[in-house]
Amino acid sequence: MAQEQLRRFWQEFSENKIAVVALFVVLALVFLAIAAPFITPQNPYDLSSLVLSDSRRPPGFVGSKGFTHWLGTDAQGRDLFSAILYGLKISLEIGLSAGAIAFCLGATLGAGSAFLGGRTEAIAMRIVDLQLSFPAILLALVLSAVMGQGKVQLIIALAAAQYAYFARTAHGAAIAERSKEYVEAARSTPLSSWRVLFRHILPNCLPPLIVVATVQVANAIALEATLSFLGLGLPPTEPSLGALIANGFQYMLSGRYWISIFPGIALIVLIIAVNIVGDQIRDQLNPGLRR
Amino acid sequence: MMDDAASRDFVSLEHVSRRFSTGTPWTDRLLTRFGRTPPPRTVYAVSDVSLTIKRGEALGLVGESGCGKSTLGRILCGILPPSEGQATIAGEPVVVDGHKVSRRVQMVFQNPFASLNPRLTIGDAIAEGPLAHGLVTPAQARDYVQGWIERVGLPADVVQRYPHQFSGGQRQRVAIARALAMQPDVLVCDEPVASLDVSIQAQILNLFLQLREELNLTVLFISHDLGVVRHICDRVAVMYLGRIVEEADTAAIYNAPAHPYTRALLDSIPRLEPDGSEAQFKAIAGELPSPLRPPPGCAFHERCPLAFDICNTQVPELTVIDPSHDRRVACHALRDK
Repeated sequence: MAQEQLRRFWQEFSENKIAVVALFVVLALVFLAIAAPFITPQNPYDLSSLVLSDSRRPPGFVGSKGFTHWLGTDAQGRDLFSAILYGLKISLEIGLSAGAIAFCLGATLGAGSAFLGGRTEAIAMRIVDLQLSFPAILLALVLSAVMGQGKVQLIIALAAAQYAYFARTAHGAAIAERSKEYVEAARSTPLSSWRVLFRHILPNCLPPLIVVATVQVANAIALEATLSFLGLGLPPTEPSLGALIANGFQYMLSGRYWISIFPGIALIVLIIAVNIVGDQIRDQLNPGLRR
Repeated sequence: MMDDAASRDFVSLEHVSRRFSTGTPWTDRLLTRFGRTPPPRTVYAVSDVSLTIKRGEALGLVGESGCGKSTLGRILCGILPPSEGQATIAGEPVVVDGHKVSRRVQMVFQNPFASLNPRLTIGDAIAEGPLAHGLVTPAQARDYVQGWIERVGLPADVVQRYPHQFSGGQRQRVAIARALAMQPDVLVCDEPVASLDVSIQAQILNLFLQLREELNLTVLFISHDLGVVRHICDRVAVMYLGRIVEEADTAAIYNAPAHPYTRALLDSIPRLEPDGSEAQFKAIAGELPSPLRPPPGCAFHERCPLAFDICNTQVPELTVIDPSHDRRVACHALRDK
């Protein structure tokens, strides 16, 4: 039945041509990011491979190492094509890990507090509401400023800023589920609270959470780029897409547009593609939105 | 075999009450401060019910919607902890510190479309409880589940399927198998056939009768369908607004109802006259009063043809009036005779 459901899901998904293209773009970008070390002419994180005399060269320039910089080079002499693929990899890693952590944390907190009810629920959900009432970027900014630079710190900061969306959604779904008879049946067996929560309530809260997850992965990528752009993300030796944009920003007006523009295009394409796929999944999982 | 006294009180509910309240909001505290009485926010769904069921007996619990019969069933099954009193099975409490500890009582719910987890296969749903309680080892689970599936009359190949692939009657069979796989002594059935087609109802009821016989189950059968209860149960308890008003052997209740509410309830069953004349039934006058503001005295006095002055002030106690039929009635008019 699971296979058949999946088949029907794909059939409906493939009716939306734009979503199929977007899915293809996402998969292609993921593939490029994973395969980056094998297809790029240069490792942009290996500082010894950078040639400073090749810096800020326009697209199509043939560098001193003998290969063509199709997208030009940045201020440190990094080949932009290589740097974008490596940056894509970092962005995806951070976006997916932060999204996954926020998902687990938020789903457990939201569904758990709905399950426990009473004061626990009230306090946990008021904290979540409080956090939702100011922008996620603000919290991520403060946290990464406190914890310092680094991939792990960034993931923690992003997860902490985003779990609230999952918690809200899971809480709402779990409230609807917790009063259903199958939950009463499970409790009257009796089964342990953990089992009732993780085997009965949470699996039935998944559809809306999957929707939030696709949107929040795109948001996490954008947040990471924002933090990096503001100089709080990753160290400049390991530039993500946001850091690349920031690096090239000061040269924009001097005509060296490529340093900022190309990473920017890559970022926009990634975020838009993930969002389109997410929207399509949301439309399909939410019968209320069907035409 | 157990001695007679223990067998008699096999299932026992002792002075069980269940309140539902929303706490005291600050607006109410403000009202009280200014000398007003805030609206009542506490509902007694069940008040001071004492009931025993003999081992192997089937007790029917009947009454109008909202009279508290489902709440009483859920208290016995340990889903709702009672506010006062306690439920015991063979002397052991069902609920300790608000958590159900006994697996000897299981429940079959009204709506088989809601009482099965849509994301568990039939096999997983039946095996989960017994595995969690160590009734079977994981190696035996397969055969164990298969055994129960056959016992409730489902085809053997349903194990890997999901609830949405079944009809209501089949789902109710799955729900029965899941409850019985826990090897309970007591089964609480909360309107188990109310949501099924009439033709399916008979099948499920026959399955109940057969399994009850085979497994020597003690049953609390909750229903508003008086015909079904007559068919299934040895004894019947009638509930009105959270209290039991009459309890007696099934034959005694149906042939000679004593409490005016029981009489009215039985009269309200639509009947076809044998001579083909017009169908006749008497509806009970008035409506079930709001449990938020229960009438003082006997809760039924506003609708009762026998009511007299004491009924407006004193709650009648459930007393034995007819020992030969083990009949208990809560009515001032009948006791004073």
